[in-house]
Amino acid sequence: MGLASQHKKLEKNINLLAIGSFIAVAIGGIVEIAPLFWIDNTIEEVEGMRPYTPLEQAGRNIYVREGCYACHSQMIRPFRDEVERYGHYSLAAESMYDHPFQWGSKRTGPDLARVGGRYSDEWHVQHLKDPQSVVPESIMPQYSFLGDTPLEMDNASDMLIALRRVGVPYSDRDVGQAMADMILQANPDSGGDVEDFQQRYPKVQVRDFDGDPGTVTEMDALVAYLQMLGTLVDVDSAAAQEALAEEKGR
Amino acid sequence: MQAEAALGRVGLWFGVLIISLILAATARDTGFAAHATIIAIVAFVLMWMSAARFDPMKKAQGFFRMPEGLSRYDDDPVRWGVLATMFWAIVGLLAGVFIASQLAFPQLNFQPYFNFGRVRPLHTSAVIFAFGGNILIASSFYVVQRTCRAQLAFPSLARFVFWGYQLFIVLAASGYLFGVTQSREYAEPEWYVDLWLTIVWVAYLIVFVGTLARRTEPHIYVANWFYLSFIITIAMLHIINNLAVPVALNGSLSFSAFAGVQDALTQWWYGHNAVAFFLTVPFLAMMYYFVPKQAERPVYSYRLSIIHFWSLIFLYIWAGPHHLHYTALPDWAQTLGMVFSVILWMPSWGGMINGLMTLNGAWDKVRADPIIRMMVMALAFYGMATFEGPMLSIKAVNSLSHYTDWTIGHVHSGALGWNGLISFAAVYFLVPRLWGRERMYSLRMINWHFWLATLGIVFYAASMWVAGITQGLMWREYGLDGYLVNSFAETVAALHELYIIRAVGGVMYLSGALIMGYNVWMTIAGKLREEAPMGAMPDYDPDKDRPIVRPATPEPAE
Amino acid sequence: MNLYDQFRHFADSYGLVALLVLFLGLCLWVFRPGAKQQNREVARSILKDEEIEGRGDDQ
Repeated sequence: MGLASQHKKLEKNINLLAIGSFIAVAIGGIVEIAPLFWIDNTIEEVEGMRPYTPLEQAGRNIYVREGCYACHSQMIRPFRDEVERYGHYSLAAESMYDHPFQWGSKRTGPDLARVGGRYSDEWHVQHLKDPQSVVPESIMPQYSFLGDTPLEMDNASDMLIALRRVGVPYSDRDVGQAMADMILQANPDSGGDVEDFQQRYPKVQVRDFDGDPGTVTEMDALVAYLQMLGTLVDVDSAAAQEALAEEKGR
Repeated sequence: MQAEAALGRVGLWFGVLIISLILAATARDTGFAAHATIIAIVAFVLMWMSAARFDPMKKAQGFFRMPEGLSRYDDDPVRWGVLATMFWAIVGLLAGVFIASQLAFPQLNFQPYFNFGRVRPLHTSAVIFAFGGNILIASSFYVVQRTCRAQLAFPSLARFVFWGYQLFIVLAASGYLFGVTQSREYAEPEWYVDLWLTIVWVAYLIVFVGTLARRTEPHIYVANWFYLSFIITIAMLHIINNLAVPVALNGSLSFSAFAGVQDALTQWWYGHNAVAFFLTVPFLAMMYYFVPKQAERPVYSYRLSIIHFWSLIFLYIWAGPHHLHYTALPDWAQTLGMVFSVILWMPSWGGMINGLMTLNGAWDKVRADPIIRMMVMALAFYGMATFEGPMLSIKAVNSLSHYTDWTIGHVHSGALGWNGLISFAAVYFLVPRLWGRERMYSLRMINWHFWLATLGIVFYAASMWVAGITQGLMWREYGLDGYLVNSFAETVAALHELYIIRAVGGVMYLSGALIMGYNVWMTIAGKLREEAPMGAMPDYDPDKDRPIVRPATPEPAE
Repeated sequence: MNLYDQFRHFADSYGLVALLVLFLGLCLWVFRPGAKQQNREVARSILKDEEIEGRGDDQ
């Protein structure tokens, strides 16, 4: 059987054609994606990273639901202007608990990777309700309905269980307390154990976020999420760690 | 026997109806409840159809004047596909014009359902998956039958593919407005919609491969290679990228199986290859069939098409990381993505040249035949976009262009120019043949469509180039004092006029599609417009065919 | 030397050569003389018997 007739076989055989093209398209993906799961320098170890609190995660779900990623990135690139504008460039470890990632692809609005703590809660609430009242040039839509919508909290434990299934290290206590934690974070006077909560989630910000302590609204959750973005990792010590990771050769 | 089967069907749909009503009642979020209600309505209609032996399809086919009786090929799914293509094209382009206007005039956001963040995935999915997907399914069913000289295998499965795919579109699109999204660009639908699409897609693969297996032609024509690798690769990409754990079986929320860096690369491996294997490979299949057919000459080089196929599908899959330049993705992956993206330029242009050179010796048709002209313009935009793409994937260029509107301009010169125009050309090719008409109702309207679309793209792409470069330069502009010059808000304000120009370009492109809708409608109705033929040469006039002689007045010396 | 470096070396040397050879092999294969007639036939196969215009095999 000559070479020529073998080629004819390929052109005439559906299975060979299908398998051939599958192999051709599989190689690139395997070479690029598979190593990320086991090469040790994909994610540098950094101190300070912890899973999201239930309220922050709920805020994150709202961020995803409203499609904020369509206009806001959460990935600061290592350029002078970006670092000066938004803060230290983003580290891989900072999104290690992000299911899904929210790096974004477009900056119709500014990057939000380190927006936490840059503005007051009042500013965020006012800005979300009516962006143009704070930033006249803004083309952001209004999200005042978030302040009027009570946060759906019955899901809290199930949410953490699902996240644990994909690898986020929530403890049994975290899961059991999820709904109570949600209420507690948005209203510290509600009568929970704040210290225990802060121990389980270091650096957590506990306060009423939307100026309405009576109800936990979607606004509370979203502002809680925005106010913690980029606040967990002490980037200066992380930078030292990263230099170490780089020596291992990337 | 028949009554028993009908009863069985009624029972099946009744079961589906009950389950979806229960899910709607117990749903954890409004989006899921809305989706369960949609399923319940579909099940109810199907149940009623089975029970009353009522076939609304017959009526609908009559309404759209679809030819009846046996024919050599099974073209009903193709006809429905062409109608769906036309419908979703207008919906998707309308959504695009709407969100483009929102960016120019934020007052056009109507919270919560019609805020930009929710309508934007509606636009992208409507144009890519609804408009693009329908013309791909329809044209692949048309092409595979002709090139194999065989009828569609599994006719009822083929109909399931079409209607199942429409259900996928409706669920996806309505979900976005309710905030049901995974936030993975071009893979936004949640887990249960993804599962449904997987079922439909496997059925699609079975119908396509089944038809190939029934062929009476010895060879598998190259267009089918492209279609086949499109179906297989999209299945692979779709399944892996959408791996997720739902929070509850009666709620829409789910969490991606991957996190952070791995999630980002998986998504952009998918995202880029959605461009590659949804918006390039099967559209090249259309090129390899419709361009030779419309030009009435074989493809320029069949050998080139074989090399083109293997190198394109092999190289494309590597290019994903160029969406993540300078991010926390490891450098080696970024570099690999860049190198392969640049190499990709070659097979892309190989394909373009193969398409364009097919017209070698028949270039006069570009003047006389607006459909050919549309194909040529599509290939020109394909060539332009596949040059711009590798350029943007170079890290130095990307550092300026990334996160800006330049990317949006690039995507649209590819999507509007290449995918849009080649699809429109294919519809213009298909409609008269599928409905047994002599030609389209009006060729001059095709010409209008061509110019509106082309000018629309020029407005769109040019304004977005300027906007993107302006944005990129303003972000990184430093003053003599060593401080950043512009606040972010100033860079937003600077783009206002450009956003208006972009919206105008979109309106032009949309109006071209509306003219097309009218043209298709009249063709289906069996009308022919009285009009002067296109591209007729005026009679030869020897008086005019003379060199222009300059008057013999000498120029004064300086 | 860890696994990553080993792969990297392979990709830079034998892997690269192997892919190049594969590609050149594919090109040569396609351009082998025996395929000419066959390619022409396949390319023209789609232009045979149109059901509407009724054009014949005159291409």
